Amino acid sequence: MISRAERSVFADWWWTVDRWLLAAIGLLVVLGIVLTMAGSPPVAERLGLSTFYFVHHQVMFLVPSLCLLLATSFLQPRDVRRAGLVVFLGGMALIGAALVFGHEVKGARRWIFGVQPSEFVKPAFVILAAWAFSEGARRRDVPGNLIALLLLPLTIVPLILQPDFGQTMLISLVWAALFFMAGLHWFWVGGIGGMGAVSVFVAYKLVPHVRDRILHFLDPSNGPGATDTFQVDTAVESFVSGGWLGKGPGEGTVKRVLPDAHTDFIFAVTGEEFGLLFCMFLAGIFAFIVLRGLLLSSRNDDPFCRFATAGLVTLFGIQSCINMSVNLHLMPAKGMTLPFISYGGSSMISLALAMGFLVAVTRKRPRAAVIDPVPYRRGEEPDGALGAGAP
Amino acid sequence: MTGSPDPRADRPRPAPGLFAKARVFVRDVCTTRLDKSGFRLRLLGLAFLCVYGLIDGKLIKLGLSKEAPAGLKAAASDAVSGARPELLDRNGGVLAQDIKTMSVFAEPRRLIDKDEAVELLTAVLPDVDATDLRKRLGSRKGFVWVKRGVTDKQQQEVFRLGLPGVGFLPENKRIYPNGPVGAHVLGFTNTDNQGIAGIEKWVDNQGLGDLKGAGFDVTPQDLKPISLSLDTKATFAVRDELLKGMARFHPQAASGAIMDVNTGEMIAYVSLPDYDPNNPVDALKPDHINRLNVGTYEMGSTFKAISIAMALELNKVTLKSTVDTTGNLRYGRATIHDYEKINRPQTIPEVFIHSSNIGTAKMVMMVGVDGHKTFLRKMGELTRLQTELPETASPQIPPHWGVLNSMTIAFGQGLNVTPLQAIMAVGALANGGYLITPTFLKRDGDARDEAKRVVRPEVSEDLRYLMRLNATLGSAKKANVPGYFAGGKTGTADKLINGHYAKNRVNTTFMSVVPADHPKYLFFVMMEDPQAAEGTYGFHTAAWNSGDVCGKIMERVAPLLNLPPNLNLPTDPFPAVAKLGIGMDTVLR
Repeated sequence: MISRAERSVFADWWWTVDRWLLAAIGLLVVLGIVLTMAGSPPVAERLGLSTFYFVHHQVMFLVPSLCLLLATSFLQPRDVRRAGLVVFLGGMALIGAALVFGHEVKGARRWIFGVQPSEFVKPAFVILAAWAFSEGARRRDVPGNLIALLLLPLTIVPLILQPDFGQTMLISLVWAALFFMAGLHWFWVGGIGGMGAVSVFVAYKLVPHVRDRILHFLDPSNGPGATDTFQVDTAVESFVSGGWLGKGPGEGTVKRVLPDAHTDFIFAVTGEEFGLLFCMFLAGIFAFIVLRGLLLSSRNDDPFCRFATAGLVTLFGIQSCINMSVNLHLMPAKGMTLPFISYGGSSMISLALAMGFLVAVTRKRPRAAVIDPVPYRRGEEPDGALGAGAP
Repeated sequence: MTGSPDPRADRPRPAPGLFAKARVFVRDVCTTRLDKSGFRLRLLGLAFLCVYGLIDGKLIKLGLSKEAPAGLKAAASDAVSGARPELLDRNGGVLAQDIKTMSVFAEPRRLIDKDEAVELLTAVLPDVDATDLRKRLGSRKGFVWVKRGVTDKQQQEVFRLGLPGVGFLPENKRIYPNGPVGAHVLGFTNTDNQGIAGIEKWVDNQGLGDLKGAGFDVTPQDLKPISLSLDTKATFAVRDELLKGMARFHPQAASGAIMDVNTGEMIAYVSLPDYDPNNPVDALKPDHINRLNVGTYEMGSTFKAISIAMALELNKVTLKSTVDTTGNLRYGRATIHDYEKINRPQTIPEVFIHSSNIGTAKMVMMVGVDGHKTFLRKMGELTRLQTELPETASPQIPPHWGVLNSMTIAFGQGLNVTPLQAIMAVGALANGGYLITPTFLKRDGDARDEAKRVVRPEVSEDLRYLMRLNATLGSAKKANVPGYFAGGKTGTADKLINGHYAKNRVNTTFMSVVPADHPKYLFFVMMEDPQAAEGTYGFHTAAWNSGDVCGKIMERVAPLLNLPPNLNLPTDPFPAVAKLGIGMDTVLR
């Protein structure tokens, strides 16, 4: 069935996907279930649910997620772009609907129809931005860079209104990374970096809870009351109590008092039950996916695939880094899930979509299929007036 | 944009100069270059490598840290009650201290048979409610208390039950060896040994709670005892005499206090009915409030002392001035009467000892409404009094304070203040004119140096003279305890019931200053709605009940406070008054 001689769709897929990437993602999915079993029972018990409620739900979400991942990975780059556009528009419509009709959960309007549309917007945003950047860098007749420039405010303004500063930050960072990759002049790299610093400063000055978090991170003692550092303190305590090799699966005790042990703080539970060495292994898997993705990106000749790959792994990598850093008290508390490990339906499906896109755009393709007939390519323009090598 | 060649290309190219360089720079800045992406990707990869490296570094650092993981003790540390400092009275006697008790806890997850555990535990600890305990053990918590503070015998019995998942933790429990004596000052603690009323709460607000919150294990030995101003013996005596007075005059409530007028220290402080802080459930009954600091009352004639002091301070009158009290005083539709009617001009001492409403009202009118308000504010009567006790009440001030309000407030009707505020004011009139905020903590030495002066020393001497005169000739004869050169003032205020002054329902107060020439202590007694009793000839005014009790308290307590009786009266007690040519018996016409 997967012979090279008969070019079935599946055989084509099998011989062109990056199996290292696929294997690493598969490993993460399996570890996700194992670690949800460790992190979620105390939370489920606290909420009065059955002990393995979250594990069951995670597995239930996993089936459609894996189907989605595989199905998406069969797409051709052109279809990936189309899918990205559809998901983006749908997601933005749902975010708008959530802002108007959604009910408030923990001070934010993020949920509608039981999903968190901002999760789906993330990979779709990356695809669209990659599309715009690749077109902008390749062709003169499409104002790609301008579109890429406008895409950011279009996406993050509704997110700020929710408010959801975690996703806003994530999307802005990925966007900045893509722009950086697109060969942006260092002048702008400095400028955008400065803008980022300014916006963090403005958020610090104007949004009280951002200020509280940062002040609290810098000096935990000046916060109001002793309970505020409880979450990160407990997280660090669970790493320490786990030691190098951990207490063993199900033997954790700090996890009983750790809030969000099944979502944002599952890394700390991992540390307690499976040990620091295992945590380093887990971080290693994330690093492997990110670096493998960047390597594949740099080898790819198709600009869109190149941008999309880099953008998707950057999204994945930044999210994992932020989550682990918060768990380890390397940065202020910021609600962010650990990809594939944390419990969460919307997050899981969004990740499956993102990884499906990633596998799709990293597939090996014959060079002939990459070169599209486009009117003008940079450097080949008749006059070269705007070309890179101009006087 | 179209695909046609750039029209600029046809123009002659400018010579490469500064302008051209700038143009190239601007163009470079405005375009992106795909050929750079390989290098940029490697930079991105490097950045990620650094971040993951940082995470691994932190993990290694945590692995190398030697902090021992805290076990059950940490989990229960919030629940175990912390230590508190001892509270001592002014002579070093213990008012409150911690004792170690054992408390029984259970870990519901480790209990094998919860029903059996409930059965066995309630058999040994009969006062634990079985259904409640079953519910608590059925919870998914890791730690629940079974009973706080068990006896040694009970502990042994629970131990012998041999239940896995049931254990003991030593705890601190607060005890008050004197029971209800000083209860309203001490306040009380909850089962977690946190102060929730009185000085106990004040102690927690001083930073004890913060220490515990920061994880410091505080033991009683670490904490310096806190010395209060109270004298246990005096407080006991005051409480005892008030109880006797209550049995005789059947008031709804009675309270008494002794203040050192020179330091502001409260030597005795009793509000009845009271409670036993060892059993704080009683404290929550509404009629057990601290009436001296939380109740607000119209103080009656006691306020006349303040009114007269104001007129003297502002030089509107001297002791020799006269005020016409003929007839009744009309203002608008209101008429002010005198209890003891004298249809002629009276001197100021006469107004005071006859307790003339008309005379004091007229004196206040000499000052005017604004001056009156200013003076009362200066005396601390119009603002909430903050002492160490967290329980306080704001005075109830008339919203639209007009002339009639001032006229009635002159003799103590129409302005509700806490008794402690009135004590503070009268103390200031007696001690030479210094307003000292009352304190419940022991103070070293005189507090007058830092205190704010509210009246001149001569006015204070005049007031002491008036109070002494009142004790020898006027309504405060009960305060004239032989051997003590005491002065005093009665106060009888009509009781306001449902917005109307009730006939024959009064609140009575009595204040006396000992000794009147160089005052040391101020005695205060108040009764709410006392009844006429045998021997009072049907009267229920202040002199007959509050005055009577106050006299007995003075007689009993003064020797305890190192004031031995001295039958030789001072020869020249009020030198400035004597210079005016007024003696103890020459004022009355």
